[in-house]
Amino acid sequence: MSVLVYTESDKGILKKAAFEAASYGRAIADSTGTPLTAITFNVSDTSKLGHYGVDKVLNIESVDEFNAFIYADAIKQAAEKENTAIIVLSSSADSKYIAPILAIGLNAGYVPNVVETPTNLSPFTVKRTVFTNKAFCYTEISTPIKIVGVSNNSYGLVENTGAAQTENFLPILAESSTSVISVDKANDKVTIADAEVVVSAGRGLKGPENWEMIEKLADVLGAATACSKPVSDLGWRPHSEHVGQTGKPVATNLYIAIGISGAIQHLAGVSASKVKVVINTDAEAPFFKAADYGVVGDAFEVVPKLIEKLKVFKAENA
Amino acid sequence: MKILVCISHVPDTTSKINFSEGDTKFDSNGVQYVINPNDEFGLTRAMWFKEKQNASIDVISVGGSETETTLRKALAIGADAAIRVNASTPDGLAVAKHLADVAKKGSYDLVIAGRESIDYNGGMVPGMLAAMLNANFVTNCISLEIEGTTATAIREIDGGKETLSTLLPLVIGGQKGLVEESDLRIPNMRGIMMARKKPLTVIDPESNSSATKSVSFEKPASRGDVKLVEADNIDELINLLHNEAKVI
Repeated sequence: MSVLVYTESDKGILKKAAFEAASYGRAIADSTGTPLTAITFNVSDTSKLGHYGVDKVLNIESVDEFNAFIYADAIKQAAEKENTAIIVLSSSADSKYIAPILAIGLNAGYVPNVVETPTNLSPFTVKRTVFTNKAFCYTEISTPIKIVGVSNNSYGLVENTGAAQTENFLPILAESSTSVISVDKANDKVTIADAEVVVSAGRGLKGPENWEMIEKLADVLGAATACSKPVSDLGWRPHSEHVGQTGKPVATNLYIAIGISGAIQHLAGVSASKVKVVINTDAEAPFFKAADYGVVGDAFEVVPKLIEKLKVFKAENA
Repeated sequence: MKILVCISHVPDTTSKINFSEGDTKFDSNGVQYVINPNDEFGLTRAMWFKEKQNASIDVISVGGSETETTLRKALAIGADAAIRVNASTPDGLAVAKHLADVAKKGSYDLVIAGRESIDYNGGMVPGMLAAMLNANFVTNCISLEIEGTTATAIREIDGGKETLSTLLPLVIGGQKGLVEESDLRIPNMRGIMMARKKPLTVIDPESNSSATKSVSFEKPASRGDVKLVEADNIDELINLLHNEAKVI
């Protein structure tokens, strides 16, 4: 028996979500008294996985580009080789693409959006978010093999002193009739999924021309930028920045909402963030009820001041 | 081209979420139900295939008779026929299995589902369905074009997008971007009248399979009051974020 974790990478570098999934996998491995194996694709330096509790790494170098069916097939073969009972993935776009296919391949029960280590091992029970963070649901998995998708930034990173053995793994993989034509990705920008801080703005900014200060604030904080639904519907910002119930979920350490009143759908989508700051002229805006810190004031005055003060703070605390 | 659009009947996004029977069941009292928003983008994209490429559209939902209002709305928007699988489903696997049983018999070229439903947020039905059908699959899909049996799809990835080439039969997990919010259609009176005459077939499930069970629900703990900082005292905000919240 073993626990298997899919540790995701981008251009050969392991992502933070991979270390979180590994930390979570370690906790399950400890409670079940089994080893933890990680599976990676084209990762040049796998040693860091040992620092998050991985005992063994299966690295695959025979697959060039991401393909959900091929990745799912490779993970399935790794699970069979390792006699795996529990598989852990993150909540990234790619992991959520792979997991349902893997679940069918292994006849495994799959629960995504899990926020804690299992509350019970028999029956195997996990706590997940439902209704876009408006509630939690305790869910039992009854199949022999279980797949758990861990919500980003819910369990956190737990460092460990172990060292991982790396093995080159060569599964026999079928061809796929789906192929990547092109990938369009800004290399220098922090993504909403990986960001520690997200700076988000709404219709209170009055027009797309006023986003420069939002981007500046994000730069100072090393943050990703996001926006409310009306802003994306109006075409002021790309859809990929829309966060909320019908957009992307946000589960970051710090979420700063500027000129966003806080519709119930928006609040649900960002509620998994640990600390929320709201800046709004309207003291009655619903967001103040859901925030940890608030500034009642005009974004056009508050944000430039915040940028200047943060620059000084960052310089002093660098 | 034969298209099947999967429709989930979900609480409106403004719904207050409550539970009954000792927090073991969702309390649907006073809740308005709608077409799952991700499915509605897919249905609208299917309408374009119908109008420009002469496709036919069946819509399908798995659930009790209460889901029929949502299916009728899809018919009023322009789908040709509706199917309801009369089953209550404990999890996404069960839904996918019922959909797969119908999809296999109908030999559809394209199946469009939402990337996830806004109630249980599982995001697993389209992928499981594709795996059961041995069909190609693209999720988080924000653009789809089909020529003959070849499809070009754009998928949203973390921090960007990826353009894929694939072949029919194909399952799509759709979302906003497939069409824009402003492209969504409100049924008109003619559509509503025509929908009454369109077939809505109710079928019994062939089998029941599930792998997980929702045992109980819990609402998030209520939070403390917001700490207000004066607009001319931004130093205090930075101090709180650094020393109290420890997030900068």
